[in-house]
Amino acid sequence: MRKWCVTLIEMHDVWKTYPNGSVALQGLSVRIDKGEFVYVVGPSGAGKSTFIKLMYREERPSKGAIFINGFNIERLKERKIPLLRRQIGVVFQDFKLLSNLTVKENIAFALEVIEASPKKIRNRVSEVVELVGLQDKLNALPNELSGGQQQRVSIARALVNNPSVIIADEPTGNLDPDTSWDIMRLFDKINQRGTTIVMATHNREIVNTMKKRVIAIENGNIARDERRGVYGYEA
Amino acid sequence: MKLRTIGRHLREGLFSLKRNGWMTFASLSAVTVTLLLLGVFLLLAFNVQQFSKQIESQVEMNVMVKTGASRAESLELERQIKALPGVGSVVFVSKEEGFDQMKEKFKGYEDMLAGIEEENPLPDKFIVKAQDPLKTKALSTQIAQFPIVDKVNFGEETVDQLFTATKFVRNAGAVFVFGLIFTALFLISNTIKVTIFARRREIEIMRLVGATNWFIRWPFLVEGFLIGVLGAIVPIGVLGFAYNYLVDKYPSLLVFHLAPFDPLVFMVGGTLIGIGALIGMAGSVMSISRFLRI
Repeated sequence: MRKWCVTLIEMHDVWKTYPNGSVALQGLSVRIDKGEFVYVVGPSGAGKSTFIKLMYREERPSKGAIFINGFNIERLKERKIPLLRRQIGVVFQDFKLLSNLTVKENIAFALEVIEASPKKIRNRVSEVVELVGLQDKLNALPNELSGGQQQRVSIARALVNNPSVIIADEPTGNLDPDTSWDIMRLFDKINQRGTTIVMATHNREIVNTMKKRVIAIENGNIARDERRGVYGYEA
Repeated sequence: MKLRTIGRHLREGLFSLKRNGWMTFASLSAVTVTLLLLGVFLLLAFNVQQFSKQIESQVEMNVMVKTGASRAESLELERQIKALPGVGSVVFVSKEEGFDQMKEKFKGYEDMLAGIEEENPLPDKFIVKAQDPLKTKALSTQIAQFPIVDKVNFGEETVDQLFTATKFVRNAGAVFVFGLIFTALFLISNTIKVTIFARRREIEIMRLVGATNWFIRWPFLVEGFLIGVLGAIVPIGVLGFAYNYLVDKYPSLLVFHLAPFDPLVFMVGGTLIGIGALIGMAGSVMSISRFLRI
């Protein structure tokens, strides 16, 4: 483990070819430091999703080296993957909430399945619920909430075990513009508190307004990597 | 594993049985039927086994000593036969005893034997049993090689047929048992597949937030285990009652005695629970591995 170092995510000459023969990444290299906020943009099918999935080891690279928070993905044994996942929070376009559990239970779920103590679960849940602003919805079921509120629940769940990084795949894809801005402000707040954020997005307005580092992926490689970049594609 | 976690797994497994009510019922009945068949078969097989053993153990050979041989030579032969490996029992029947036995057989017609009593024409003989009845034939050829042995009789053809039959019954039994176990395994794994499918979203989230594979697996193992064990209860009850009734009513059929209720039914019952539990868990493992592949 290289906890002391500032690099959180490092990829070197990463290639990914799927079993069906389609080539998703071709020699991509990148470095993301602790505390950064990074947009990943690019046309559909350019390799964005693969890039994101490699970070939480949903996919393996065909070739190349990947280090995530000190884990060498190439050498990471299957049964050690959960340890990596516990240091990463993931947020999706479709929220992935359990419809038969309340807000509180959905958030606590992430800690229960890694066998945290009930006391720790109680404390952490109330902390993150306050952070995402859902104190008065604790006992609501997901289908009683708006899309934005559901996304807040899923962000709270991603945050609850104190990850070093949050990986978000199109988190505002299903939300209206106003709600999207609320969610983005929440991500910004989380980032201010020191959590790294990597977000794949198609939202041109957000990328161009809330200026952050932009990594543009085209044809399986990085086409642009700018400190305070712009979306750069026709919407 | 923490106690709290064990509690959670048990709760989840039980809850899953309830949640998939009809599916649980379907696979429970399938397991019940399978185990019932298996139980009937095990009882049958055990009795057949015992019966064939009983018959086999009656296989014995008559070793005739040459008529001219002296008593001392006969006794020497007895020692030699006893020294052979694989010999079970050796009973010496002197020619006088042989004659007495013959007289018993011809009771009422003793006149027929009157003239020959002084010059008893019977040879001394031994009745020999092999430790393993199936090796009778090999042993008989060995014994026939002693110089003072006249001949060895054991009804070779009948015995061969008998052994072929008992061997067939045993092999057919083994094949049948395996077939039934595989059927039950398939049925249980199908049920678990449905419950896993119903919970695939939950499994997906568990994997994303870093639950270990074993943590995910346990509730399904509990569920499979419960289906297997619950599925064994009805067959055990039915078999117990039925067998008890049979033993009471027909303690013996023709020459054959049914094996006693205790311990046979308890053994079969234990076997059914064990097999139920094992195939239940194996079925779970089979169907869940696909969902845990990364």
